[in-house]
Amino acid sequence: MFPRFVRLAAAAAAAAIVVAGSARAQEMAPDVLVKNVTLEVVDLIQKDKDIQKGDRRKLIALIEAKVLPHFNFQAMTSSAVGRNWDKASAEQKARLTDEFRTLLVRTYSSALASYSNQKFDFRPLRAKPTDTDVTVNVRIVQSGDQPVTIDYDMEKRPGGWKVWDVRVGGISLVANYRTEFDNQIRASGIEGLIKTLNAKNNPQAQPAVAGAPKK
Amino acid sequence: MMRIVRIVRNVLLVLLLAGAVGCATTGGDSRDPAEGFNRAMYSFNDGFDQMIGKPVATAYRSVLPSPVRSAVRNFFANIADLWIGANNLLQGKPADTVTDWARFAFNSTIGLFGLIDVASEIGLEKHDEDFGQTFGRWGVADGAYIVWPLLGSSSVRDSAGLVFDVSLDPVLQHEPVSVRNAMSILRATGKRADLLDASRILEEAALDKYVFQRDAYLQRRRSLVYDGNPPRAAREVPRAEMIEPTPPAAQPAPQAAARPDPAAMEAGVRLLEQPASFASSSGG
Repeated sequence: MFPRFVRLAAAAAAAAIVVAGSARAQEMAPDVLVKNVTLEVVDLIQKDKDIQKGDRRKLIALIEAKVLPHFNFQAMTSSAVGRNWDKASAEQKARLTDEFRTLLVRTYSSALASYSNQKFDFRPLRAKPTDTDVTVNVRIVQSGDQPVTIDYDMEKRPGGWKVWDVRVGGISLVANYRTEFDNQIRASGIEGLIKTLNAKNNPQAQPAVAGAPKK
Repeated sequence: MMRIVRIVRNVLLVLLLAGAVGCATTGGDSRDPAEGFNRAMYSFNDGFDQMIGKPVATAYRSVLPSPVRSAVRNFFANIADLWIGANNLLQGKPADTVTDWARFAFNSTIGLFGLIDVASEIGLEKHDEDFGQTFGRWGVADGAYIVWPLLGSSSVRDSAGLVFDVSLDPVLQHEPVSVRNAMSILRATGKRADLLDASRILEEAALDKYVFQRDAYLQRRRSLVYDGNPPRAAREVPRAEMIEPTPPAAQPAPQAAARPDPAAMEAGVRLLEQPASFASSSGG
């Protein structure tokens, strides 16, 4: 009797936390969200001895848990694929999104792994409270160099604010993949692009596939 | 003076060569008519970097402790602030010029000949300007993308700017020549060392490193010309210049300008400076 009651109570509590959590994420202003997530992740990385020693798997798990829920990968993928997006079947779209997501997470974890105590400067949000499409500006300040700007393009969605593009130093991630994807699709179709991304994401699984489309 | 003439002559020669080779092998991107030549140069640079640049930079980073490397970085960054200030003046931003030159004054004195970036500590922020950006500010478009041997990514406009940057570079004007060469090599090595993480990220991120770096360069330069706030095209507009199933070669691109510019990775950003790295040492 008792254990069952405890389980129920625990489940109810967990549900309450989840609801409260998502409600909070929905209400949270986009700039506050970016700041909180950034500081939390950096703090966790610095405290984690395994990650400090170079445990990539653990770092990726951390990113999956803390960062990814705030990204709209479908929007990022469709935007990077551009006009060819409509030619893909629903199933291809899902696989493309999945592969692109993996690639971005790997790259992101690589960038985070080289983080070493730089200072963040969270800029005040320049937007009206009614705006549903905003850009959150963050800068990384470093001695002897111009600060590196990181701009998050975010959109208000039913589940809270979601990032649909990241620009680092003015370079849009999504735009930067557009030509690469386009070349790949022109050379070997949507399936070819999915295959190339998959090979890139699983370097050990397959022999090296030439990434460069042959002209 | 002779130096400048020599540099200009060499630039023109290589431009001609680029044009000739480029016509033969066009990849179809309107921004990159000399793609064949550029890819060849890119492979050459990559090979050079694998054999010399990266190993030297890696050794540099493992031998010198971080504060020493910072001092080297700050020292050369301080010298650069002089012309950064001048470029800001040419771009009609006198307030930024005041900041740049105040930085130079503080860092050269309190900052022990530029070894310590005290100016940043007291809130005088560093800027990134060069003649290519100044021309861009004046309305000059990028022109064709070019990859130079050792110098790396550039464009017609930025190459013209580079001629000025290099000819006016205090480090490259320094006498005697032996000191000048030593300083140039130190500067280049330090820059390459700062980019070690970035180049690793590029390897992981790019499907086609050449395309990835080219597009990052063009985006980055555009952002720099507008000091981080370039006008943005509407969201999710697919590339307007693409024409349906035309064969890959010979594509007219009438609306190159309509390419969406929503202006990735620290990698991309920092790689832009990579080209200049070894270049600066060979400039003399």
